[in-house]
Order: sequence, then structure tokens, then C-alpha cells
Amino acid sequence: MSNTVITLDEVVAWILAYARAISENRAMLTELDAAIGDGDHGANMDRGFKAVSAKLQAGGTDISQVLKTTGMTLLSTVGGASGPLYSTIFLQAAQACAGKTQLTLQDWIVMMDAAAKAVVARGKAAAGDKTMLDALIPAVQALKDAAVAGLSLADALRASAKAAEDGMEATLPLIARKGRASYLGERSAGHIDPGATSTYLLFKTAAAALAQPQVQARKW
Amino acid sequence: MKKLINHPDDVVRESLEGFAAAHADLVRVTMSPATIVRVDAPVTGKVGILSGGGSGHEPLHGGFVGLGMLDAACPGAIFTSPTPDQMLEATRAVNGGAGVLYIIKNYTGDLMNFEMASDLARDEGIAVESVIIDDDVAVNDSLYTAGRRGVGLTVLAEKITGAAAEQRRSLPQVAALCRQVNAQGRSMGMALTSCTVPHVGHPMFELPDDEMEIGIGIHGEPGRRRVKLQPADAVAEMLMEPVMSDLGLKPGDDVLLFVNGMGGTPLTELYIVYRKAAEIAAKNGLKVTRSLVGPYITSLEMAGCSITLLKLTDDLTALWDAPVRTVGMRWGI
Ligand SMILES: Nc1ncnc2c1ncn2[C@@H]1O[C@H](COP(=O)(O)OP(=O)(O)OP(=O)(O)O)[C@@H](O)[C@H]1O
Ligand SMILES: [Mg+2]
Repeated sequence: MSNTVITLDEVVAWILAYARAISENRAMLTELDAAIGDGDHGANMDRGFKAVSAKLQAGGTDISQVLKTTGMTLLSTVGGASGPLYSTIFLQAAQACAGKTQLTLQDWIVMMDAAAKAVVARGKAAAGDKTMLDALIPAVQALKDAAVAGLSLADALRASAKAAEDGMEATLPLIARKGRASYLGERSAGHIDPGATSTYLLFKTAAAALAQPQVQARKW
Repeated sequence: MKKLINHPDDVVRESLEGFAAAHADLVRVTMSPATIVRVDAPVTGKVGILSGGGSGHEPLHGGFVGLGMLDAACPGAIFTSPTPDQMLEATRAVNGGAGVLYIIKNYTGDLMNFEMASDLARDEGIAVESVIIDDDVAVNDSLYTAGRRGVGLTVLAEKITGAAAEQRRSLPQVAALCRQVNAQGRSMGMALTSCTVPHVGHPMFELPDDEMEIGIGIHGEPGRRRVKLQPADAVAEMLMEPVMSDLGLKPGDDVLLFVNGMGGTPLTELYIVYRKAAEIAAKNGLKVTRSLVGPYITSLEMAGCSITLLKLTDDLTALWDAPVRTVGMRWGI
């Protein structure tokens, strides 16, 4: 049986797992960005999440605080377009769960919804512009749909990972309208967006690390 | 990859350490967060001029810190925008009470990071204005792109606004002047070779020996089109024509002609391009009254050049001629 809530330990485990996923996929993210951008997305994200990892090694005392520390660390270490945007995701999520000691599916939806809206406000991009939003927006929508359909927290997280993956893949034929890739015009089509890929990994690791049965949750 | 480095992860830091050691008479360098600040900052009563961007474009921006130009520069990782904490630190260091102007090249990352920095600076009560440089005619300025990139004109904007700040013009005046420079200047670049970002380890794009890329920016990103390699004179035509027509210059206009090297092209070749560009300008009735030739805003070791034209007024000419003492530009002193 999976759990019905997300715990502090799981949030920490999720961010650490994401940092590992970024590190393992650094070269792939760099290749994707070299094709339509400037080849720094893997290095940018890895630099930031290595710093986050170092800060979270000792665990955390509060979910909102852990998310805020993550956001602030990203803000001062990543740079580029993805720095402010990923920082925004974590800072918004932190704000939206202030004071909570565990998170329900409803809480998670509110947090991710706030994060997606803030990324839109900061980057002024929309769905279909070939950015990380093409993974983020469907992932949030899938969470909402899952809640309406009465799915469990674990199933909802899995559905959001799947939606983010589909969204990432759907960026392949798109022509970029925001960020560096837009300078290429039609030459940006035929490549998957690097930011959408790193966002998919965020939801993929969330599905693996959050709402785990208690025994497993302690293992990390 | 063949580079004079120790380790890809240490490139920016070690280069900055060398810069600090070599130029302690002109700049103060902090490492964490990374900033390059004019040695006598803050200058009381003077608007602080601050810029920044990814590293790999040297001498831009750090090489332009000093009297008559920038008060501070924030270097990011190679080709990556710096972060708001760097900008805030530099803003505090150069605020002499008259406010701070941010000169921002038009890239999504730079825009967002500077935007967050100016929010933080204003929260501390520092007056901040931002001007965005977007002079690259190779990019269509439309709703469907991030807009034109900031390239060669940035160098000229930093020099001219820096001189105006030195005359104690106010923050709104200096910002308006910077916008005027941006409105009156345009650029276009080309590459003979790609460049290799140290932590990537291979060239950003493959360019066969008999081809060149027209309309590149300064980050090794591919350009608008790829054509067969042609002589320098033909290249000068390909770059001058779009720049002139976009600016809508009229016969009799005074212009500054700037031929910039991308990092891997020798001055010998840049002057061959300049020779033809000046000839084209003259043929169109333009008066080239000021000029600049050399590698001022580079793209690592990329071979190639860009051409920038700035329509001059008497005010702009006088500010261009005003004294400047920086690592990358020094005259009148
Ligand atoms: N306006 C935007 N809104 C949302 N996402 C964006 C926007 N602009 C870019 N992105 C995302 O950022 C990713 C690129 O991030 P990266 O870390 O490579 O920064 P960058 O654009 O290279 O920054 P810089 O220009 O400073 O080098 C893109 O793949 C895209 O998903
Ligand atoms: Mg990039």
C-alpha cells in the first residue's frame, strides 16, 4: 500500500534524487541544448543541484523551508534562463505549503499549480512555445484530473510524470518562440526542448520518491 | 578539445583570478559572488553603470570596467547569464547615491536575472533603471522570437553611457541616452568556425571548411543561414547591407563603423573587412567619422566578425571621444 501523504523525508529524498538524475543526464541535457540553444543547460542545472544537494545532506526540519532553501540556492548558482525559472518553481511551492508538516494530493496540486503560474509570469511564455512549460503545464493538469478521477496520491504522481513525458516528447516538432532556441526559427523544429526534459525528470523523480510505503521511505 | 585551461570547471574562476592579479590598478574583483568593480567605486554623485552576462566574450564586460565606462561587471559561467545575488552585490558596490543603470543584452536569461536583481535593489532603496540592447538584425524581431539579440552595439553603449555618467548626467538622462544609442545602432555577425565551450568539449556546430554561417550571435549558436565560403569583400557586403537598410541611414549621416572580431580572427583579416565596409559606407554617402576595429565582444575562439554601425550626433561623438581607462579600451588619458 502506498501512502496518502508526502512527508518531509520524502521531499528531501525527492530533491536529492532529482539532483542525481540531473547529474546522470547532464550530458544528454547539454546535447539537447547544444542542438537548439547554447549547450549549457546540463551544466547549469548540475551546478545548481550539486549546491542544493550539499545543503540538504543533513536533511531538513520543515517542508516549506527545504523547498525555500532549494529555490534560493538555485537562484544564486544556476544563472541562465533556467535559474530564475527553476528557482521560481521551488520558491512558489515553498510559499504554497508554508506551515504544513505533510502534504496531501490537494496540497501538492496547489503547490505545483502556483509554481506553473509563476513560471508563466516570470518567463512570459505559453504552452506550445517549446519550453519547460510544455512539460510543466500538462503535469499539473494531470494531477488535477487524477484528483477528480479519485486516483491515489501515488497514481496521481505517476500520471503527472507520464503527462510531463508526453509533453516533453511533444516539443519535438515545435518551433521555439521563447528563449535562445527561438533565434533558430524553423531550424528549432525536430529537437526536444532541454528545459522540458529537465522538467520531466523532476516529475519522474517525484513519482518515484514521494508517497512511498513507510518502510521504503526510510531507506534513502 | 585543445585549450589552455587546467580543468573545464575552473575556467571562469581561474581566468577571473588572473584578471584580478593583472589589473589591480583598475579593478577590484570578488569571487563569491563574482563581481568586477572599478577600483574607486562608489564614485559619489555619479550614476553607477553596471553590466554583465555570460563569460567567454572578453574583453566584454569586465575589460570595460574603469573610468569613463562601466563601474561594475558581473561575469556568469561561460555563455550563461550571471545570477541576481552577483548583480545585487555589484549594485551596492557602485551606488554613489545617484542610482545605477543596468545595461542588459537581450537574452531571456539575462533579462530574468537582472529583473530579479533590480527588484532586490529597489527593495533596498537603490534607484535602478534598465536598458536592453537588442541590435542584432539577423534575428527577426517578432512576437514569435525572444527578440533581437544584444551584440556589438553593447560595447559602444557602455562607452557612451559611461562617459555621460562621468559628466554627472542624471540616471534618467543616462538611461535615455543608452536607449538612444540602442535605437541608432545595428549589428550583424558571421562565423568561419564554431567554438567549443570548455565543459561541452566539442564545437557547438559543425562548419565544413568550405562553408560559413551568416547571422550568428555571440554564443556559438547556429545562425540564420549557411552559405559557401566567400572572399572578405563579399562577406562585408552581406553584413553591411542588412545593417544599413535596417537603420534607414541617409546620405550625409555621420556614423561610427565598428568591425569586431569573434575571438579567432586576426586583426589582419578584420582590417580587410573594414576596408571594404568603409568603401560600402562611402558609396552610400555615409560619413564614417569614428571607427573601432578589433576583438571587443568575442565568442571564445570562434573565427569570424561582426559589423556594427552607429548613427552619430555631436553629443554621441563627444561622448565617444571622452577619456576612458579600462583594460579593453583606453584613450584620452
Ligand atoms: N521564457 C521562458 N519561459 C519558460 N521557459 C523558458 C523560457 N526561456 C527559456 N526557457 C527554458 O529554459 C531552457 C534553457 O535553459 P538554459 O539553462 O539552457 O538557459 P539559457 O537559455 O541558455 O540561458 P542563458 O541565455 O543565460 O545562457 C529552455 O530549454 C526552455 O525550456
Ligand atoms: Mg542554454
